[in-house]
Amino acid sequence: MSTTEQAPRKAPDTGRRPGELGLVEMLRWAWRQLTSMRTALVLLLLLALAAVPGSIVPQEGVDSLKTSSWKDAHPQLTPIYEKLGLFDVYSSPWFAAVYLLLMVSLVGCILPRTRVYWRALRAQPPRAPRNLLRLPDHATYTTDEEPEAVLARAREVLRGKRYRLRAADDGDAGDAVSSERGYLREAGNLLFHLSIIVVLVGFAMGSLFGYKGGVITVVGQGFSNIGNQYDEFKPGTLFDESQMEPFSFDITKFDVDWIMDGPRAGMAQKFVSHLEYVEEPGAKPKSYDLRVNHPLAIGDTEIFLIGHGYAPVITVRDGNGDVTYSGPTVFLPEDQTFRSFGVVKAGDAQPEGIGLQGLLFPSFYMTPDGDPATLVGDDLNPLISFNVWKGDPNPSGAPQSVYMLDTGSMEQLKRADGVPYRLDLQPGETARLPDGLGSVTFERMATWNKLQISQTPGKELALAGVVLALLGLLGSLFIRPRRVWVRARRGDGGTLVEVAALDRSGGGDTETLVADLVAELRRTPGDDPGTGDDSDAGPDSGPDSGPDSAGSAREKDA
Amino acid sequence: MTDSAWETLSEQAVAAASAVYFLALLCHLVEWAARLGSTRKAATKELAGAGGPATVEAADGDAPAEVSEKAARRMEFCGRLGLLLTILAAACHLVGLVGRGMAADPNRVPWGNMYEFTLSGTFVMVLAYLVLYKRFRLAWMAPLVLVVVLTCLMVAVIWLWDPVAPLTEALNSYWLVIHVVSAVIATGAFTLGGILSVVYLAKLRKPDATTGWRVHVPTLEALDRISYRIHAFAFPVWTFAVLITGPIWAHEAWSSYWNWDPKEVWAFITWVVYAGYLHARATAGWKGRNAAWIALVGLVTLWYSFIGVNFFNSNTQHGYASGAPAPVVERVAVSPVDR
Repeated sequence: MSTTEQAPRKAPDTGRRPGELGLVEMLRWAWRQLTSMRTALVLLLLLALAAVPGSIVPQEGVDSLKTSSWKDAHPQLTPIYEKLGLFDVYSSPWFAAVYLLLMVSLVGCILPRTRVYWRALRAQPPRAPRNLLRLPDHATYTTDEEPEAVLARAREVLRGKRYRLRAADDGDAGDAVSSERGYLREAGNLLFHLSIIVVLVGFAMGSLFGYKGGVITVVGQGFSNIGNQYDEFKPGTLFDESQMEPFSFDITKFDVDWIMDGPRAGMAQKFVSHLEYVEEPGAKPKSYDLRVNHPLAIGDTEIFLIGHGYAPVITVRDGNGDVTYSGPTVFLPEDQTFRSFGVVKAGDAQPEGIGLQGLLFPSFYMTPDGDPATLVGDDLNPLISFNVWKGDPNPSGAPQSVYMLDTGSMEQLKRADGVPYRLDLQPGETARLPDGLGSVTFERMATWNKLQISQTPGKELALAGVVLALLGLLGSLFIRPRRVWVRARRGDGGTLVEVAALDRSGGGDTETLVADLVAELRRTPGDDPGTGDDSDAGPDSGPDSGPDSAGSAREKDA
Repeated sequence: MTDSAWETLSEQAVAAASAVYFLALLCHLVEWAARLGSTRKAATKELAGAGGPATVEAADGDAPAEVSEKAARRMEFCGRLGLLLTILAAACHLVGLVGRGMAADPNRVPWGNMYEFTLSGTFVMVLAYLVLYKRFRLAWMAPLVLVVVLTCLMVAVIWLWDPVAPLTEALNSYWLVIHVVSAVIATGAFTLGGILSVVYLAKLRKPDATTGWRVHVPTLEALDRISYRIHAFAFPVWTFAVLITGPIWAHEAWSSYWNWDPKEVWAFITWVVYAGYLHARATAGWKGRNAAWIALVGLVTLWYSFIGVNFFNSNTQHGYASGAPAPVVERVAVSPVDR
């Protein structure tokens, strides 16, 4: 751009080729380029573009299960995508590069503009241009009044409209009034851009100092807020475990409504988790009805009800009759009928380890081909249908998922005809396993709640920032920065008055503004508005508005 | 009235509204035909007058004047009738919306799924057009507005229709009213502004045309200005919907105010693109044509974030529109290890 003019002209003195830039000049040039509006615009569009892949490629931080299954399905693309950070777009270096550059550009734009604005705020409205008729929107008229009277009234009228006036003795040669309003527009603009930085700071605080954890708790059981009680725990980079509040709670009861008819039949509704909680050990217990959209806040921590499901209580006895597994077993819903999948691992059973893999049908019926299915998610008539394996469910002893049975070193029990052995149990029923392995009892149904527990520091800051940004935005879009000038001079046929206005935002209402102002100026206090002189009040209609000025005004419109 | 009666009423009202919108469209097309016809005649007359002897022109003078007077009368009549029909159709449209809300049990705002959202969005668009009709002299864009509205209604009825159903638990919040109504208003306004940008770009191809439809639309400057004003209205509303109420609601329902959910991502992209549009209008070299193109890119991302995300990004939490709600526990499957 024009900055290439910065290249030194005295090339021989410095030993540089013409057009070559020194380091400082180079930096200044780079800074100018970066903070130019054009660059900001390109960066904005680049930011939009950079955000796209994150909505197409599954994201680690959003849905890690989906991400891992995508990775399994695309073995060739995965390493490339991983290098590009496509599974974690929004914390990838290149995404950060775009928004950081944008922020630098923004700051580099705001700072000088604030300085300019600060100066403009204290400056007087600019002097009236010599030829007001050159401005696109102007009007003239002649009157019998003295110029001083016209100008005095112009001052009064403009002040009434909250215009800032240029001091009478400063510049204007005594024959004009200069005024300006709408200073807050630029303030709004600056506020908007500053607020974006505030929002980013708030957002960064949340991801640095906050944490997010999830836990599945069986109704009737409790939870203490300690790291190892969580099923999943995602701390921020600078999160300190001492931030965790020492509360604990019990889920005493869980209510759910099932819609039994209509288009959403089978949908669970209005679920409420009744909590008894203490904010710290020894504190007075309180109760809270936890619902979706109604989180419980304890100190800085918030608890959300995210989901629910069934945890049938299952007991496994081994070949010796010893209980080797007993308790509520979390089954994960597979669809909205709450047909759920779960496993039981009784690795210590004698003589052989037992593994169960089952489907839970909350309201089962038998299909004609002998397989169970469920009508609704309500547990009106539960049935679990198990397949059975024998052997060691975890030969390596490494941590493994409680929701999956690793059958790698196990043997599935089969009937004589080779069909897998199936065990259908209803609450209260016990079935003896073949081969003297032991027995399985489905004691009763229980439910679980999935709770999300998190701290989000900086969320108020981010909210304040975005609200301020909106206010600033409204100011910068709807406040009209306007300059109005009125000049009155003695002419041949009386006093010639010129009125002109300029809307610096490029808005188009100045024509009516000028017309209204002229109408107001001509309404002399003691005078009848209908009579007086011969010229019309409309813009461009005065006798002295020369053909060229009227023409130029029209040309602008065309 | 029973719920199913309300639902039937709503569907009939939407059908009636579509039919009346179509009649209004026909009226405006007749109006436009008359308008284009009159200029063509005027142009040929001018040519004849310039070339031929003065006497011929004088003899012919009366007939075209009569024709153009007739055309003018027809134009005015059809224009008025079209406007009247549009108002009538909008009233039916409103009945359709209210019926939809009354048909639900419990009664609720009529924007619980995509069908209802489209119904509301197009209504806002028509309403904005009618409200601004006088102020911005929008009579000329009647056929365009009606074509877009009819297309959207058709898409809504054919592909997006869903029976009236109670809301899923996460949607059951007063934020549904605030968040979605602002998104609906912004969508309607952005679409209206986008139509203006299209016309601007089309006129820009032949800015000095003396015949054809280009003569009868506002000047490039006026088109740009009206389009900007509508966008400038919609942008803060969109900001409110996407960056204020959306995160507040997301925080209450899903525990985290920004999840990079595809819907959020696309709403954000839309926001950034429209921010780009506002900047472009103030940047030398980007004013006018480029700014209008950016506005159109914004419109595409807007409609993608509304419809596309639900069809192409299956992993959105905003999947309420796809009929059966996904079980809320899906995220649970992030398997914890043996404790």
